Amino acid sequence: MAENKMTSQVKGSAPEQNERPSFEAKELLRKRVLSLQPDLSVFEPASEKDKAQQEVMRPSSTFLKDGIKNFRKNKLAMSMFFILMALIILIFLTPYINPYGYDEVIRINGRRDKSLANLGPLQWSKMEQKEIDQGVKLYPHLFGTDSVGRDYYVRCMVGTKISLGVGFFASLIVLVIGLIYGSVAGYLGGKVDLIMMRIVDIIYALPDTLIIILLSVVLREVLKDKIQGTIFATVGTNMLSLFIVFGLLYWVGMARLVRGQILTLREMDFVMAAESIGANKRRIIRRHVLPNCISVIIISTALQIPSAIFTESFLSFLGLGVAVPTPSLGSLANDARESIQSYPHKLVFPSILICLLVLSLNIIGDGLRDAFDPKLRK
Amino acid sequence: MSEYIVEVDHLKKYFPVKTGMFSSVSLKAVDDVSFKIKKGETLGLVGESGCGKTTVGRTLLHLYEPTDGTVLFDGKEITKKNLLEIRKDMQMVFQDPYSSLNPRMTVEDIIGEPLDVHHLCKSRKERRERIRQLMTLVGLNAEHATRYAHEFSGGQRQRIGIARALAVDPRFIVCDESVSALDVSIQAQILNMFKDLQEKLGLSYLFIAHDILVVTYMSDRVAVMYLGKLIELAETNEINDHPTHPYTRSLFSAVPIPDPKTARESQRIVLEGDVPSPLNMPSGCAFRTRCPYATEQCAAEMPPLVDRGSGHFVACWNK
Repeated sequence: MAENKMTSQVKGSAPEQNERPSFEAKELLRKRVLSLQPDLSVFEPASEKDKAQQEVMRPSSTFLKDGIKNFRKNKLAMSMFFILMALIILIFLTPYINPYGYDEVIRINGRRDKSLANLGPLQWSKMEQKEIDQGVKLYPHLFGTDSVGRDYYVRCMVGTKISLGVGFFASLIVLVIGLIYGSVAGYLGGKVDLIMMRIVDIIYALPDTLIIILLSVVLREVLKDKIQGTIFATVGTNMLSLFIVFGLLYWVGMARLVRGQILTLREMDFVMAAESIGANKRRIIRRHVLPNCISVIIISTALQIPSAIFTESFLSFLGLGVAVPTPSLGSLANDARESIQSYPHKLVFPSILICLLVLSLNIIGDGLRDAFDPKLRK
Repeated sequence: MSEYIVEVDHLKKYFPVKTGMFSSVSLKAVDDVSFKIKKGETLGLVGESGCGKTTVGRTLLHLYEPTDGTVLFDGKEITKKNLLEIRKDMQMVFQDPYSSLNPRMTVEDIIGEPLDVHHLCKSRKERRERIRQLMTLVGLNAEHATRYAHEFSGGQRQRIGIARALAVDPRFIVCDESVSALDVSIQAQILNMFKDLQEKLGLSYLFIAHDILVVTYMSDRVAVMYLGKLIELAETNEINDHPTHPYTRSLFSAVPIPDPKTARESQRIVLEGDVPSPLNMPSGCAFRTRCPYATEQCAAEMPPLVDRGSGHFVACWNK
């Protein structure tokens, strides 16, 4: 009986309108033999408690809260997010835990140890072994050492930091320029749009690698003296030219995307509806246009980061990346390439880190897109 | 206070259309349209696709800047200065219930937006209460306020759109093909709701549609448009019984009759040819290229919209 209990609530009507006189099962139609009519005697009028159950309200939530909630449900994206976070924490903890510097050639009691170069992971050199035998505590070389005797783990971590920084910063440049340019072109439309988009087409046609190489040659001479003593000196003129190239060339994709989005949204009826309500331009852009293209912007920015990391690695691989002795994942892989037969682990570590970075950022980007797009919601 | 809620006077809306790199011609979407809507009245506006019905509605609300002519709301001319204030009294219900609701906003925010824009609610609680009240008014379950628009069916979405229009307590609503995107059964529900709301709240409507049956069911008076111009305007019964303009006659003859016997006897007036391009309008009367009664006078001069007695206006040279 309890399982058969049903509420005779009429769908869509407010509970207070639903107060019907209670009735007896006897008054109902009697079930005929072989008829498929449900046995009405098992139905009971809904009690106040049953009605109250229908009133359960989902708490009001904002767009951002909803997005975060949905992102949390995505297990793959969440695990990738944790991997990325762990990597970032590791990067920032390394200088406090690990006693070696990324550009420090390790010496034992002030003397260079030739056997310290090219060690495998967790190996000790002969002199270090002697020290340990005498009871001195030394910090292990987690990834071994490189060809001049620098701790490879520290170099890998610093390289990851540089690569990530380059990726984020380059994407930020692309986002800002692309967003402003694209939304201006899309919102103004007409002749302005026509001219702005032809400029984009021209820039799109330029060969980016060639420009990076040419610019880095020119900028090396121009900027060398000017950046002395500033934070830019650590990244070097090559990286600066990379940023400049991103600022000059790579924003066109983002600009096109944003323009296209705004063009479609501008014609949507809900924008006109907002206008007919009396909403001003600022409100329309803030509440109607931007939230609807934000998912596209988020995903393409998130995907821009790994592509910038790739570009940086590729340039470092060509020898056009960060200035020595600053490592980046690309330059580490390039150095390891020479001795791949003898010390393959030196190529494996930076490669794994590049893969982890790019993969996690890609999956996080996808997860964000899914989380912030209610149309895709299950 | 005037007797009319809306007076449209020689309204024109031309859109520039690019023909080459630097040259452009104007598309006369609405060309010299005048009509008046009484308080509490529903004026139906019919015409085929592309004849400028929607443009009339939008220009009337100043969603498009009119090229020429004026719109008087309750005796006051609508200008840029008092537009925001008048927006509180004039609202619009859109055709497509799918694109007229922002997919990023909950129903609560969609209906609440006009309240926020005009600062009509002092506290959050009051706003919430008002939204619940509006949802109940249009037959929605007030518990669904926190859902997104895509979680509703087409008819429910249209109800959300109506609730949004009603939020500011308007006196006049433009219904721009508000039921044409819905199933016939849902159409009837929404139409009846429009009628109920009119009775309850004393609303006036400009009811735009291309379905002549829907319009005659809803309206007190009907206006017929062809290529940006009004060609006939009369009381619903009058236009139903005595359609005068040849175009109106063919339009009414195209309405399906639910009785095969009568349908066989009735003669359908089939028009020849296509609607001329609005970029390349015929001289004189816009309808003369398809009109079986066209004379030389029709080609020479545009017939004015004249009263043929008891408020039946017709723009045709034929008597």
